[in-house]
Amino acid sequence: MITLNSVHKSFKDKHVLRGITLEIPRSGSLVVIGGSGTGKSVLLKCILGLVTPDQGQILLDGKDVSVGDREAFLDRFGMLFQGGALFDSLNIWENVGFRLRRGPKALNKSDARDKAIEKLRRVGLGPEVANLYPAELSGGMQKRVGLARAIATAPEIIFFDEPTTGLDPIMAGVINDLIREIVTEMGATAVTITHDMTSVRAIADQVAMIHDGTIKWHGTVSQMNETTDPYVDQFIHGRATGPIAALR
Amino acid sequence: MTQINIAIQQFLGAVGHLAFDFLAQIGRIALFGMSALRHMVTGPFYPREFFTALVQIGWFSLPVVGLTAVFTGGALALQIYAGGARFSAEAVVPSIVAIGMVRELGPVLGGLMVAARVASSIAAELGTMKVTEQIDALQTLSTHPMKYLAAPRILAATLSMPILVAVGDAIGIMGGYLVGTHRLGFNAATYLKNTVDFLEAWDVGSGLIKGAVFGFIVALLGCYHGMNSGRGAQGVGRATKSAVVGASVLILASNYLLTEVFFTS
Repeated sequence: MITLNSVHKSFKDKHVLRGITLEIPRSGSLVVIGGSGTGKSVLLKCILGLVTPDQGQILLDGKDVSVGDREAFLDRFGMLFQGGALFDSLNIWENVGFRLRRGPKALNKSDARDKAIEKLRRVGLGPEVANLYPAELSGGMQKRVGLARAIATAPEIIFFDEPTTGLDPIMAGVINDLIREIVTEMGATAVTITHDMTSVRAIADQVAMIHDGTIKWHGTVSQMNETTDPYVDQFIHGRATGPIAALR
Repeated sequence: MTQINIAIQQFLGAVGHLAFDFLAQIGRIALFGMSALRHMVTGPFYPREFFTALVQIGWFSLPVVGLTAVFTGGALALQIYAGGARFSAEAVVPSIVAIGMVRELGPVLGGLMVAARVASSIAAELGTMKVTEQIDALQTLSTHPMKYLAAPRILAATLSMPILVAVGDAIGIMGGYLVGTHRLGFNAATYLKNTVDFLEAWDVGSGLIKGAVFGFIVALLGCYHGMNSGRGAQGVGRATKSAVVGASVLILASNYLLTEVFFTS
């Protein structure tokens, strides 16, 4: 469904992606793991067109993502950002219903609010939060709102950028379970980037490891647990010694 | 000798780099401005964002513009009276205060005060949105940041600034009137008559046009630096500072150019 062919991206003299080649199958859950600063977020942003690759090609259903109707392309995606990225100036239901109120299929205010509240309920938040502002919610609640916004229009493809970063283990577990349930229930294609191995095991069908700007390893969760690849082994066991330098 | 040559070359190289960076920055701001203008006239439009910006920029700037104007008008009256006394021309106070306020001090000081208040606020707000990925989030929600964030703010500032200038002009003239009548002993009716008699429509109109240009500059620089903010608190701080400094310098430079165009050609 999503194909990346030798994607390169540099920021000044820092080469972040050095030829990423990856196939992301339809209706599956792929988790991309890798250390901090290895280009996981840049990879997602390249697919979405938020960052333009220097070289290589990204295809969605065989079509180059850099050409064609950008709005129609983005309508197929939902994204949960690392910090939630909720709009401070809008209240919670307006954040969740942001896309519902725009475009050719825009809903009226009342219908959008109802639908936003339904999505909030789906992520375990009651209607009492609908009129609050993001600053009035805890980090875990903001993540849930971000998740509700990402799924509001039932997109085909959902990206999750570090969904459990900054959350306590219980709230992280809740978010992991929600992501798994929602992706299964919607039949969506999910791409999650994380370095939290609990999330990997809870969310992933397939795992890809990014290191030094390339995909070092790709396989299923059970293959990951059994692999002898020294990079994956060091990463999943959190060892300070191994081929991955501790200081990057 | 060779070392001196190398040092001179390095110095000239550094100056050249600075000059190129400066020109490149001007080019980027110009492209950003043209893009903003294009997005102002092509849909979708966001009226709620526009009216919010109108209130934030126009309405909430009234106190600071009014206070600046009243004190400036008062001080101007005192200065002209004191200066005019050297050649027995104290009677020109009302007309000079009026012309000075509407042509120069109203738009320029109003523009600088709005630059300090609005350019900083826009740059800080959009810079924070940038570093917290809210601008990326907007794009993933099929919303163009230039249309949703920049165009409404720039349009609101361009339309509200002439109104602020008009209010500032009136308050500034009133400041001069209060000082003239209560402190300098002018007759109230004579003061008002001299103010009105010597003021021409173009004096007021040129000031309002300047106001619109300054409003555009203030919001443009705020949006440009905010949306191109660096990372973290330091990046947002730098964006805010650059927006205020850039807007202030550009207001003063464009004021000179507009004055040349309006009053010398």
